[in-house]
Amino acid sequence: MSFLEVENVSKVFLEPNGQSLCVFKTVRLHIEKGQFVTMVGHSGCGKSTLLNIIAGLETASAGAIILDGKETDTAGLDRMVVFQNFSLLPWMSVYENIRLAVRAAYPQWDRGKVHDYVQRYVHMVGLSESEHKKPAALSGGMRQRVGLARAFAVQPKVLLLDEPFAQIDALTRGAIQDELMRMWTATKNTVFMVTHDVEEAILLSDKIALMTSGPEAELAEIVDVKFPRPRLREEITELAEYARIKKYIIQFLKNCSREMPAGDATTGLDAVAVGQQLAAEV
Amino acid sequence: MDQLAAISERKKAILSSLALLAILLAVWQLTTKPPIQGKAEGLPGPVAVAARAWEMISDPFYDRGPNDKGIGIQLGYSIGRLLVGYTAAAFVAICLGVMLGLSPTFYRALNPYIQILKPISPLAWMPLFLYTIKDSSRSAMMVIFMSSLWPILANTAFGVAGIKRDYLNVSALLQLSWFKRLWKVILPAAAPAIVAGLRISIGSAWVAIVAAEMLIGGTGIGYFVWNEWNNLQLTSVIFAILLTGFVGVVLDMGFGSLAKVLAYKE
Repeated sequence: MSFLEVENVSKVFLEPNGQSLCVFKTVRLHIEKGQFVTMVGHSGCGKSTLLNIIAGLETASAGAIILDGKETDTAGLDRMVVFQNFSLLPWMSVYENIRLAVRAAYPQWDRGKVHDYVQRYVHMVGLSESEHKKPAALSGGMRQRVGLARAFAVQPKVLLLDEPFAQIDALTRGAIQDELMRMWTATKNTVFMVTHDVEEAILLSDKIALMTSGPEAELAEIVDVKFPRPRLREEITELAEYARIKKYIIQFLKNCSREMPAGDATTGLDAVAVGQQLAAEV
Repeated sequence: MDQLAAISERKKAILSSLALLAILLAVWQLTTKPPIQGKAEGLPGPVAVAARAWEMISDPFYDRGPNDKGIGIQLGYSIGRLLVGYTAAAFVAICLGVMLGLSPTFYRALNPYIQILKPISPLAWMPLFLYTIKDSSRSAMMVIFMSSLWPILANTAFGVAGIKRDYLNVSALLQLSWFKRLWKVILPAAAPAIVAGLRISIGSAWVAIVAAEMLIGGTGIGYFVWNEWNNLQLTSVIFAILLTGFVGVVLDMGFGSLAKVLAYKE
């Protein structure tokens, strides 16, 4: 039994015209404790929806989420999300945003303990000097640091990262990825991340789950990334294995993209077949 | 440079305002006849009004029986009624508005009633209030209540219904209690819309109180205007009219600064 089990989860949306649209079906994904698993796929394959279902912010049409042996279908402090658009409360300062989460997670703590704890996390992400600023006064990178601090401060069982670096400029992105790696190494959290960025996925993950294109997207296969940790971006990107995985994943995404005239590789099953064929080639 | 330009723009506006005031006063003075042997003919001029105003302001709190009270006392009665009726309306409207904003079903169920009740003049309720409450002052407060209720209710419901999904997601993830959810997320998120409603309704409430007090009589600035009209003291009537305008501006400015405090940038 794994720590986090996504058991045959499907999501069907009811469209306004009364037709139902199956975004993805029977996704089965097991994540071990302390593992960093990333899901990669095209827009519209429902990967963010799946993340929201795990978080309890949306409900599955079929299947179940089992966390630490218990089925869960509502949101809770054992799963924290780092959102693509940060989702900080704009009327609260950096400090207050993190404090809201800390007080919710540790209601039994007194004010002093909460204060020290919040400051530790503000310091950890290097925002001590900006702790009384409102999010609107911060850059995207700084805002996401607050998002990370808020999520880590709660010490959830599972950390859910929904394209956390997509809205951050390329120069800052690397620094924040390093920050995430550092915090993750220290806490050994179980992480499920969703991203478009293949390099980011390889750098951070233990396993990469590849989704075919939606609608009716499926989990095609899981790629193991076995580089030792701690990983250094400069070293890893030089490795032949890195190039091989990257090429493999990009090829996979190209083949299951609907825009590409890639023969009949438009259904999930065909894409899997193409993926396996590619694996055999390289 | 822009700042300098802005300052001179403001100066220009202030100077123009003052010039307009001078012209208006001059036209007013020239078109009204001066009193002949102490008896005024037609409308009193600005000098006469100013003299009367000075008289009233210098002794605002005298009380010589039911028909002769200082302007400060009358104003105090009006503001007191306004505060009671308005505060009650704000409380009810914000509570109800939050519920409507959070539940589309509830909103749809109540909307027809709100649409019908909203356009009713708050003064139209007066006979019913007088009949049921049997107290003229409390009936006036209820008129204020009715006049303030709808703008606050509509704005609160609109503001709460428009709260970004992200903020509610955060409160769901953090498992905030309903009380914390309300105080830390829903009310601050909807605050700009709610304050806009409060600001609109304090204006309409102040308009309504003058009319209501004309009807109920006894005390208040509205009654004062009506009473002075009966006494043919037009100088007092004109001064009282200007005074209600001034109080209205002060009330509006109060909510203007509250809006600035509660505004947030995303």
